[in-house]
Amino acid sequence: MSVDETTTARSTSLADVAHEPGAAKPDPILVADHVVRRFGGMTAVDVDHLEVQEGVITALIGPNGAGKTTFFNLLTGFDTPNTGEWTFQGRSLSGKSGAAVAKAGVVRTFQLTKALGRLTVLQNMLLASRDNPGENLWLSWLPFLWKKHEADSTEKAMEILARFKLDTKANDYAGSLSGGQRKLLEMARALMTDPTMIMLDEPMAGVNPALVQSLLGHVQALRDEGMTVLFVEHDMHAVRHISDWVVVMAEGRIVAEGPPSSVMKDEAVVDAYLGAHHDTDLGDDSLLDPAVLARYEAEEEER
Amino acid sequence: MEEFLRILTQSAGEILAPTTAAFAIAAIGLNLHFGYTGLLNMGQAGFMLLGAYGFGITLTLGGPIWLAFLIAIAAGVVFALLLGMPTLQLRGDYLAIVTISAAEIVRWFGRSTLWQEWTGGASGLQGRYYKDPFHALSFLPEGRFALGPFEYINTGSDSWFTRIFAWGLVALVLIFVWLITRSPWGRVLKGIREDEDAVRALGKSVYSYKLQALVLGGAIGALAGVVYAIPLAISPDSMGGRTMTFFVWTVLLLGGAATVFGPVLGSMIFFTAYMFMRTGMRALSEDTAVGNVISTTQVEYIGGMLVGITLMCLVIFRPQGILGNKKELAFNVR
Amino acid sequence: MTADRLDLARRTRRAIAAVALALLPAMLVAHPATASTDDATCQPDNETACVAGMVLTADNDHVAGVELLVTGEGFTADLITTDERPVAVAVPEVGRYVVAIDPSTLPDDQQLPEGAELEREVVAQTGATARAAFRVGSGAEAPAAPSETAEDSATAGTAPEGGDEGVGAAPEGDASQRDFNWGQLWQQIGSGLRFGLLLALASIGLNLVFGTTGLSNFAHGEQFALGAALGFLTINVMGMPIWLGGILTIAVCGMTGWAQDAGIWRPLRKRNVPVMQLMIVSIGLSITLQYVIQLLIGGGSERILSSNPRPITIVGITLSAASWISMLVALVCVLGIAWFLTRTRIGRATRAVSDNPALASATGIDPDKIIRLVWVMATGFAALAGLMWGTSFGSFNWQLGIQLLLLMFAAVTLGGLGTALGAFVGSLLIGQVVELSNLVIPSDLRYASALVILILVLLFRPQGILGRRERVG
Repeated sequence: MSVDETTTARSTSLADVAHEPGAAKPDPILVADHVVRRFGGMTAVDVDHLEVQEGVITALIGPNGAGKTTFFNLLTGFDTPNTGEWTFQGRSLSGKSGAAVAKAGVVRTFQLTKALGRLTVLQNMLLASRDNPGENLWLSWLPFLWKKHEADSTEKAMEILARFKLDTKANDYAGSLSGGQRKLLEMARALMTDPTMIMLDEPMAGVNPALVQSLLGHVQALRDEGMTVLFVEHDMHAVRHISDWVVVMAEGRIVAEGPPSSVMKDEAVVDAYLGAHHDTDLGDDSLLDPAVLARYEAEEEER
Repeated sequence: MEEFLRILTQSAGEILAPTTAAFAIAAIGLNLHFGYTGLLNMGQAGFMLLGAYGFGITLTLGGPIWLAFLIAIAAGVVFALLLGMPTLQLRGDYLAIVTISAAEIVRWFGRSTLWQEWTGGASGLQGRYYKDPFHALSFLPEGRFALGPFEYINTGSDSWFTRIFAWGLVALVLIFVWLITRSPWGRVLKGIREDEDAVRALGKSVYSYKLQALVLGGAIGALAGVVYAIPLAISPDSMGGRTMTFFVWTVLLLGGAATVFGPVLGSMIFFTAYMFMRTGMRALSEDTAVGNVISTTQVEYIGGMLVGITLMCLVIFRPQGILGNKKELAFNVR
Repeated sequence: MTADRLDLARRTRRAIAAVALALLPAMLVAHPATASTDDATCQPDNETACVAGMVLTADNDHVAGVELLVTGEGFTADLITTDERPVAVAVPEVGRYVVAIDPSTLPDDQQLPEGAELEREVVAQTGATARAAFRVGSGAEAPAAPSETAEDSATAGTAPEGGDEGVGAAPEGDASQRDFNWGQLWQQIGSGLRFGLLLALASIGLNLVFGTTGLSNFAHGEQFALGAALGFLTINVMGMPIWLGGILTIAVCGMTGWAQDAGIWRPLRKRNVPVMQLMIVSIGLSITLQYVIQLLIGGGSERILSSNPRPITIVGITLSAASWISMLVALVCVLGIAWFLTRTRIGRATRAVSDNPALASATGIDPDKIIRLVWVMATGFAALAGLMWGTSFGSFNWQLGIQLLLLMFAAVTLGGLGTALGAFVGSLLIGQVVELSNLVIPSDLRYASALVILILVLLFRPQGILGRRERVG
């Protein structure tokens, strides 16, 4: 099954969904209701209802200051809302800590990459491994109890690193990686936790254009393996080619939902972007030219 | 020249002194806090004083020595829980403020008349109340023993047995900390030190790990207090003061935070240099014209000032200390 | 950061900690017998100074029937010790007295240790008892602490029960030993106001530095003590008039702030050194300053004004004239700072730098100049507060810095880290807490109540009364 066919198959699951804010989905994995977060007098997030379809790539877009990242932080337990509840796979996650959300299978990345620069790339990966007996204080000083888990995790980590072309850097400090490589590492590290759903906060921000394409490829591959992907992006053109469903936020509210092709034409969306700021054409379609891509990728390889 | 040799010998004697060992242990505990986890514990002296009280009071009341050690450790654990639970979810400087305050409070309670019948008030607990049970553990024969210029009695306050016990404990604690910090548990701590949100996003309970580190380092600090008190006495003003905490910090940063041997090396160098400087200056002050300008009491003050300046210079110019790795620098707390 | 806050577990922990803290005062008052230290025959008040003597065995039992001779300021008195409390005598003038022991009157089994001093020097002050203690019997040698002799020298030879311990001294007497009455309560509220105003003057500087640079300056307590120490040197030792000594002290201390920022803090800011690293530098600085202060004034307790304080009663509160003047000066300074921060261009710029340095510099404010000014202000006002503390609270010693630092931290945490108004409100509250707790717990523990407040605040409202929540995480 080629990537295109998969996309089509996934998109058909959303074919009957209404193109309106808060639309009901056939298999929602994440459902949020009445989520409100205020800072002082300002309401940063006010989301009435949102469902995220299982097994597809959903993009959460909106101009800067639309409350996307705040909403993201709320859903992942890194901020506390004034009101609101949300469920993941039918279980409530509202009020849970960031760690508990991750344990439930929702793992996130950060807009400003949080690769741990003073650990090596491999240590970063191993840190993410689940249920490591060696992470229990009582067992940690008895290496024979966790050596096997550690060896298994190392093997798994190297596989994932190879996939992200980071295996040659396994023993370098993560601080020595380029910005794009750190984004990749953060994504690879998230995969180490075997997540059900992965939430990426502006994965393309500040990344070398050649890597953007490879990043997007990785995101699609995750979806094809059955993972649910939700990612935040402020550039609406960048999401067009890979997302199955787009949710648009402006001034804290969801203003539109729909497949990428139709949502871009939505009046409310155009208004939201024009109203906030108009940074003209952010979509770099030249990246789709295979020749240009190959050149960029060759450059990135040499790093 | 003879005088110089005497000073040199006296300084070198500090390398194996029980006090040096006590500071090494305290710094190993602080290393767990600051070096590996990034916690700013500014009250290590409070842990030490509590540990010493736990040990001394248990023995004074006639308890067995194993119980005395257990109670010393328990005192450190409880203190760490009390301080850590309200503060470890807040920004780093809150822990610093609370620990430095709490250490002062422990000292005030220690020197207060309130529990004088147990703590001995401001004059503290005299060593003779608790030393005997400890000396009874000695396996060394009666008499004295000389190793080169270093001659001490076999069993007693400033003795070989005290040294063997103190450094044996250093070795034990060192091995234990080495084992746990190179384990996946230690890796989580290092992750927290750098960016706790990243670790939280991977499903680890950051709070719980920080509390574990605080408790463990605090218990080690309490043991250090016991080692410090064994050859001396438990005096709240000399042990529980802020100066003690800051000396432990200087020892740790001198040797190198987040290194295994840093605390031990730091303690040895610190006390050798400190003793050399003070005995040297005191000799100058007593025997030469310098004495007209600087009295022997002032020598102590100048010594303390130099420690403060050393700490500042270390943090500014060589934050990784002697053994540290600049790339894996501990200063990353926000 | 804030997500864990809703956990049930956390609520439980809060509850446990709160119960533990609530029990603490109960534990304190449960031992009134051991806390009792009132001295026979002399009750200190605002016009009476007492000198007391005691002879203690190694087990802290009082030895009875020993003769002590009190001399000084043209006054002599013989005292005979009793077996349960120090014996005291009212002395006519404040000042230095020598208490000498007659070793021939000691019991045979309780002799002075070899080489022990036969005299103790104490400083008598109104409203307090200066105690001299002699230790006898086997094991009476002072506890040895080889690496800490600097600290020992400060405590050896003076009274071990806190009567002479700088801030630890309660100038109005040990109120916990008196029967409760409303007049006493009112008097303590007045003392609390004095305490709070002086604390506020010092802690506003601490909070301004924190607000503009993010640094919790651990050396700020020493800046406070430096003000008192320089005040002692200029006014008492050199004999300058108060106004001249005061101005000189403030100028020198303000210079230390200028020099610190120019020599240490600004270069480190330029190198983008993390704030926590700066904090440890400030700790190094505080050790250094602490020993500088000991070099300046020695290890004992000192007084800036050696003349007898003149009590003045206003609305039923009796405080010394120096105290009333200090309170007025502190209030004027605090109001002046408030006017400066809200009404002047530079003051508004200071607040802008506190809120958002990047934005401030984008609007043409030079944050470095503002921060330099803040350092000078912070150290200058800390010095003024320290100086006035020294004049209105009687004696002080080199430990003043750390004790006040702790209270300042408690005050700014209570009021809200980083805001000037928060520091002011927090300080006034801490002043009341400290002086009023004096009514229920032993006075040598009255600062412990400030820590209890600090921990309660961190448990229930970590941003403080007036702080913004976002600053905490």
